[in-house]
Amino acid sequence: MIPEIGHIALIIALVMAVVQASLPMIGAQQRKLEWINLASPLARGQFLFVAVAYGCLTYSFIVNDFSVRYVASTSNTALPLLYKVSGVWGAHEGSLLLWALLLSAWTVVVSLFSRGIPLLILARVLSVMGMISIGFISFMLFTSNPFVRLFPAPMDGRSLNPLLQDFGLAIHPPMLYMGYVGFSVAFAFSIAAMIDGKLDAAWARWVRPWTNIAWVFMTLGIALGSWWAYYELGWGGWWFWDPVENASLMPWLVGTALIHSLAVTEKRAAFKSWTVLLAIFSFSLSLLGTFLVRSGVLTSVHAFTTDPARGLYILVFLVLVIGGSLALYAWRAPSLRSIGQFSAISRETGLLLNNVVLVAMAGSVLLGTIYPLALDALGVGKISVGPPYFNQIMVPLGVPLFLAMGLGLTLRWKKDSTSRLSKKAIIPMGLALLIAILLPLLFAPEQHGLTFIGLILASWVALAAMIWLLNQGRSPFKLPASTWGAVIAHIGMAVTVTGITLTSIYSLEKDVRLAPNEQYSLGDYQFKLIGVQKVQRDNYVAYQGTVEASERGEQAMLMHPEKRTYLSQSRPMTEAAIDPGLFRDLFVALGEPLGKGAWSLRIYHKPFVRWIWLGALFMALGGLMAALDKRYRRLSSRVEVTV
Amino acid sequence: MRLRTVIPLFAFMLLAVLLAVGLRLNPREVPSPLIDKLAPGFILPTLYKQSANISPADMKGKVWLLNVWASWCGACRAEHSVLNRFVKDHQVEVVGLNYKDGSREAKQWLKKLGNPYAKVAVDREGLVGIDWGVYGVPETFVIDQQGVIRYKNIGPVKQQDIDETIMPLIVQLQQGNVS
Amino acid sequence: MKRWLATCLLILCSLHAEAAIEVYQFEQPEHEKLYTQMISELRCLVCQNQNLSASNSALARDLRKQTYEMVIRGQAEAQIVDYMVKRYGDFVLYRPPVKFSTALLWFGPFILLFLGIALLIATLRKRKESTNKPLSDSQHKRVSELLDSGD
Repeated sequence: MIPEIGHIALIIALVMAVVQASLPMIGAQQRKLEWINLASPLARGQFLFVAVAYGCLTYSFIVNDFSVRYVASTSNTALPLLYKVSGVWGAHEGSLLLWALLLSAWTVVVSLFSRGIPLLILARVLSVMGMISIGFISFMLFTSNPFVRLFPAPMDGRSLNPLLQDFGLAIHPPMLYMGYVGFSVAFAFSIAAMIDGKLDAAWARWVRPWTNIAWVFMTLGIALGSWWAYYELGWGGWWFWDPVENASLMPWLVGTALIHSLAVTEKRAAFKSWTVLLAIFSFSLSLLGTFLVRSGVLTSVHAFTTDPARGLYILVFLVLVIGGSLALYAWRAPSLRSIGQFSAISRETGLLLNNVVLVAMAGSVLLGTIYPLALDALGVGKISVGPPYFNQIMVPLGVPLFLAMGLGLTLRWKKDSTSRLSKKAIIPMGLALLIAILLPLLFAPEQHGLTFIGLILASWVALAAMIWLLNQGRSPFKLPASTWGAVIAHIGMAVTVTGITLTSIYSLEKDVRLAPNEQYSLGDYQFKLIGVQKVQRDNYVAYQGTVEASERGEQAMLMHPEKRTYLSQSRPMTEAAIDPGLFRDLFVALGEPLGKGAWSLRIYHKPFVRWIWLGALFMALGGLMAALDKRYRRLSSRVEVTV
Repeated sequence: MRLRTVIPLFAFMLLAVLLAVGLRLNPREVPSPLIDKLAPGFILPTLYKQSANISPADMKGKVWLLNVWASWCGACRAEHSVLNRFVKDHQVEVVGLNYKDGSREAKQWLKKLGNPYAKVAVDREGLVGIDWGVYGVPETFVIDQQGVIRYKNIGPVKQQDIDETIMPLIVQLQQGNVS
Repeated sequence: MKRWLATCLLILCSLHAEAAIEVYQFEQPEHEKLYTQMISELRCLVCQNQNLSASNSALARDLRKQTYEMVIRGQAEAQIVDYMVKRYGDFVLYRPPVKFSTALLWFGPFILLFLGIALLIATLRKRKESTNKPLSDSQHKRVSELLDSGD
């Protein structure tokens, strides 16, 4: 009964989404106030019914209702409660329902924080979000219904993949979806502005906090995914350039460009049509990522069960949403005139450069991701595009980006002079040069050109941001939150770049055979195998190794890598032991028994690997601070500039 | 409407066409670079007689099939009846390449399911498999009179594949119509 | 066909956290370096999207062994790549070869960047021209309004 209620609630939500998408939009065109006023209540109603549907599915998971096919295929009785709740979004159908839930939730939040936004614009924004909702709910109902029953019901369900039974992974998709869905707000505002033909500083002010928040979630989501891959997949890698990862990186890159371009649109009334285009792109890339991952056109480590009908459905949806919005853009963008003037050396130019590079990066990721598909479609043959390609392309693109990033904050709006800039740049650049030369000389085992490039860029970005903050002429603590946000986010990027550089260049890796009490030294560390014993746990049995790791005579610590066999699975899984540290991680994975008590082990020494995610935390914090800046809370004192 | 604002729309439409074509492709099937190349040579023991060797050179002048199989491969079981029918219906020799298998298991398997093979070569280490670019057992190659690989079927051969692709190709090859 | 491959692959390598760890001995550090690089840049054909290093499929094991043997025999990267490509095609390489069909792949990103920068310069030039035109009174008013609206 409960699943049927969920099913019906989803149908009602679809009907409400249809009304929400149509009436307010028509009302806004024909100035029918009663239709315009329907937008907010309908958005709330739609959210309510999607939430009911979501609740019903969660309930079916908790009570082990295996007559629901989706529950039977992703859960079982032995699964801990936490993973039953997170199992709801553990596969295709349920994750779509989560998408729809988050989308309707964002819509309601937009309608709640809409004081100061003209009714006409709000009606159009909510209507556009309703259209997106139609796409997702109907996709679910017609091709991927999570409430389909199974007859006869099995006694127990198939288990959730043990790899996915992990807290980090449980919260990774909601974070990422919050980001994807959040970009729909900027998208909807852009469509509304284009229909309206009016886009002013106030518009940018409404859109900025939403975009920032979406970006924060996305940053955290991507970082979580990377961190999970690092400790759970077991091979010390933290980014694989898999289509799934690329699908999230592309909207992030364009979203980063959008945040910066919105700043110009707000403060200088410039880049208007460019900002709108970026808003369309960032959401379109989110949708495109969904298509790439779920249609089966690309091979990825994360394979959703694929079905051509689903692929076709999303493709039609993509064409309607992206094609429609880009057609509207082609038609209306020329009317969005930018009036802000600026000279060639100005913060506007700096931000444009940033945008150009970020978009080129996103374009390159897209190119690399779909190129194999393109060649195959043309019948030219099959190729693979993997990490060696992406690394080789992204590094040279990153150099101009980070050079500009350091200058960006220092640059003045409207007009700046080269002599002032070079005076400002000389101190951070000099210090960065010193750091990039001295640190590797003092600490690194060997010198490497890329270390120099990575370190000089990272320290340049971080130092320039800090010095700029101190040069604001006011006590740093009296500066607006958004100023702090920018500085922290820039420092975060520098931290991430440092981590990526050092861990990529100086990681040590070794596969060794160790008998009990034998030891191996890797860099400054000694690893000694004490022994391996069999342990029995609730839902798996494991070989647990005990490895003693010590740094040059310092006190030894014990690490326990495991090779687990989950009861529901036949093949063993590696559970690496990680000793985390701010400056290095030690990583030990247990391989195969090699006879006479000896085992094969894989050992890593990964310097600065934590900095990659630490930097992401900084970036997210910076984005959050910028979004919470006081000036967005004065929205009611609205500025209307007709252009 | 200006040209510059239409470019994104055009670019997207191009992408959409590409994705539509992509939906009809199979990203997993990797075409073999060995098609229309001389079949890699090997000399392997046969399953039933350790001392007897078999090599593609022995098959010169005939159009034949090489079927890569193993007793641990579930999909091979599915195609086995198709192969049995094929050798009954057509005068074409099928050589089996028993890939990374135990000879006892392999013999048992053939005893139970029937033996369609003219000869079975034993590739215990899978080295010949690597030379032939085998990546998903079962795989089936069509080799012509000159020892050139003409076609490769990845995955289990279905009756439809035989009727629509493999047999017409073999007939053509036997008549010498393919240059 | 598609379904068969899917199930077959599921059996072959459903989980990727299970790669085997073989201990190969190298007498020369360059050999070890080359081996590590090769197995990370060669693709496991039967897996979802993994290199040889991360996969536990039987084929990946065999190919690692093959790579190891070629490396200690002193073969260079180009020879190993050639060996693999002859058997499995370009698909086996995660670093696609530079040739006519991949020209856009390799040069596209930089073309994109240069186009972007060219567009940027064109925009700046155009702006400069329009800056030279004196603003009308109403335009002046709008500009100052906008400036006031910013923080």
